[in-house]
Amino acid sequence: MGSYILKRLLSAIPVLLGITIIVFAIMAMIPGDPATAILGSYATPENVEKLNRDLGLDKPAAARYFIWLGNMLTGDFGQSFALNRPVIHEVLERFSATLVLAGTAFVLCCFFGILAGVVSASRQYGLADKAITFAVLLGISIPSFFLGMMMILLFAVSLKWLPVSGMYAIYGGGDLWDLLKHLAMPATALAVVATGVIARLSRSAMLEVLRQDFIRTARAKGVSEHRVIWGHALRAAMVSIIPVLGIQAGFVLSGAVYIEIVFQWPGVGRMLVDAILKRDILLVQGGVVLVAACYVIFNIMVDVAQSLLDPRIKT
Amino acid sequence: MQLMDWTRRSLLAAAGAGAMALGLGLPVQAQTPPGVLVVGQIAEPKALDPAAVTAVNDFRILMNVYDGLVRYKSGTLEVEPALAESWTISEDGTEYTFKLRDGVMFHDGSAFNADVVKFNFDRMLKEDHPYHNTGPFPLSFFFSAVESVDVIDAQTVKFKLNAPYAPFLSNLAYPTGLIVSQAAVEQHGADFGRNPSGTGPFKFAEWRSNEAVVVEKNPDYWDGAASLEAVVYRPITDANTRTAEMLAGGIDLMVEVPPVALSEFQTDAYRVSEQAGPHVWFLILNAKEGPFADKLVRQAANYAVNKAALVNDVLEGTAEVAAGPTPPAFAWAYNEALEPYPYDPERAKALLAEAGMQNPSVTFFVTEGGSGMLDPVAMGTAIQADLEAVGFSVKIQTYEWNTFLGEVNPGLEGKADMAEMAWMTNDPDTLPFLALRTEAWPDKGGFNSGYYSNPQVDALLDEARTATDQGRRAELYKEMQTIVHDDAPWVFVANWKQNAVTSSKVDNFQLEPSFFLLLKDVVKN
Repeated sequence: MGSYILKRLLSAIPVLLGITIIVFAIMAMIPGDPATAILGSYATPENVEKLNRDLGLDKPAAARYFIWLGNMLTGDFGQSFALNRPVIHEVLERFSATLVLAGTAFVLCCFFGILAGVVSASRQYGLADKAITFAVLLGISIPSFFLGMMMILLFAVSLKWLPVSGMYAIYGGGDLWDLLKHLAMPATALAVVATGVIARLSRSAMLEVLRQDFIRTARAKGVSEHRVIWGHALRAAMVSIIPVLGIQAGFVLSGAVYIEIVFQWPGVGRMLVDAILKRDILLVQGGVVLVAACYVIFNIMVDVAQSLLDPRIKT
Repeated sequence: MQLMDWTRRSLLAAAGAGAMALGLGLPVQAQTPPGVLVVGQIAEPKALDPAAVTAVNDFRILMNVYDGLVRYKSGTLEVEPALAESWTISEDGTEYTFKLRDGVMFHDGSAFNADVVKFNFDRMLKEDHPYHNTGPFPLSFFFSAVESVDVIDAQTVKFKLNAPYAPFLSNLAYPTGLIVSQAAVEQHGADFGRNPSGTGPFKFAEWRSNEAVVVEKNPDYWDGAASLEAVVYRPITDANTRTAEMLAGGIDLMVEVPPVALSEFQTDAYRVSEQAGPHVWFLILNAKEGPFADKLVRQAANYAVNKAALVNDVLEGTAEVAAGPTPPAFAWAYNEALEPYPYDPERAKALLAEAGMQNPSVTFFVTEGGSGMLDPVAMGTAIQADLEAVGFSVKIQTYEWNTFLGEVNPGLEGKADMAEMAWMTNDPDTLPFLALRTEAWPDKGGFNSGYYSNPQVDALLDEARTATDQGRRAELYKEMQTIVHDDAPWVFVANWKQNAVTSSKVDNFQLEPSFFLLLKDVVKN
């Protein structure tokens, strides 16, 4: 097992190196440079040249790449031009905010998605099934940013129950209750589409299982319907539901960008969008590399966990 | 059946509990406290070091924390004393001697004097200054005419310029000229931008990244203490979210209200302020080659575009029709006699016929957005339709803002016949000097991307720059406007009116033509 983990970790190195090359190349090739973005209307060739020199962007691309890579290996991700603070601080702070939002949304969509799928399957063509199918279709069809805005209008502007935006209140906030109030709308808006997808797939997975012999056997020997559904059938259906959850986790994380913009959530998606528009090269590069590293590590952990659980995966 | 009952019952219970929790458990969201003004900003500031930033968004904070040697008189773009009590200008216009205000202290307790003034400008301008590395200072070229700053005595400082440069005083009133505490720069170095110290009506209290910047009242302000206890600046990038925060009471003051949202605020609970500023939105025409090399065709384009419709329908009244290259906000230098080109398609057609070009084909660079560009795609489309109605054939090419600048600033030659552009400036000299002179063609380092050239205009602008008397400068600028209006190197389209919404609890708020946000006298109940 130790050698398997080591092998996976070693194989991550070329992946990360490839990512640094790709993101560096993209930022070097897109038109427009940070000096033009900073100077705006005042970007005379002379001013641009001077500012590029001050920002260290006058060196050849290859040299800049290796300087950047070398600094990163010593843990120095550089300084954001647009925010004037270390890239690493900004990215870690923002990424943790995204994890709070996406993590909550993921828990919500798993819980409600599976619940809805199971209820729906166990009452196939019944009233509950029809209602849930309709709600799921609606949920999948509404763009999350639109839903977010409508929620803001209803719960924040009209009813004034929840704050419009941000992660914590400006005054008297900062505790868990404050965070939950700020989290309620964005997490729900983010979870809706994934809930719908999970519900549909859970329903079909459950219907598949419910037709099988062992369910009939269970019913025949007098197991309560409640136990048949939640014990026997769901456990068997989880085998095909879990991979869907994995895919949805990715969708929730990437969908967080829109939600972060609508709810002014201080997450990494909004940070990257702003940074790209401002040509904040080091922040984009550092942000992408750090986020990619998190994905790679997460994937290795999943693989390792799977190999522990399922002996058929060779170590 | 058991499952169904269980589910239905539990769902009802859950729904009921949820509704109760929302309705009873959550108090109605607290309003902002009295004496504290919460401002909805459009972005997170870059830094609170006035020499290092370029965005109007950051200036909205800085102008309340720092003072300059001079400032704009309220409601105008004319300079008046601030940290300098008075000044004299030498005959030849190259020496400015400032008498400094006595007894002014920075928020960190250090004293304001001539040495600090010298430190401020040397830091920005001298590459070998020990604190030059606290930059970069992107707008330091505003003071590139400054040859040296000399301390005469503790309360007197003299600026020597390498040539007469009339906009110097206006540039000192701009945020780049705000005076920072030398002691604070020496203490914090490159982190000064997050630990600012000035002499202004508010002192820096706290910066929570991506949440808020908080400034508190400076009780010892030399020009009378502010009415507010504190100001909280919240960055809310999405305009719809900012509108929702305003409607929900999460912020008290909102800037840059989207035109479509203005109707939401036409009630007694809000006040909408508007103020035209030193902004002009125009189309650069390529006067070097193609159809617009002919003055008649350029004039035809000016007659063909329905500017009133653009301003009222596309921009929902958030701008006014521009008459010439100088915005009316520069009241002292604006030529009142100038009338905008009227919307007259027949006249445009006649001019095209006279030029022998009934159906000229033109390429039109449009941007997706950008500083001061208002609603560039919708405006570009409307302009295309107007031009096609009189016989032009217009091909639009759209670019993202930074790419757009990269295409337009080096000049339109060989690429396009016209391009959108907008400028916001602090002196009537800046825009024509940088974008209308022959010496400002792109290959000479200027922004005259349409290659307009008129020796008369060049001479007027050169003289205006060296004249120290404001009355004389005004005459020269007015004459320049008349010539440029007739030559039509641009299609003059709009002057943006900045807007802001305040809640009814806010009193004494006024927008400035400089577009700065000055909060000293604002009251919040």
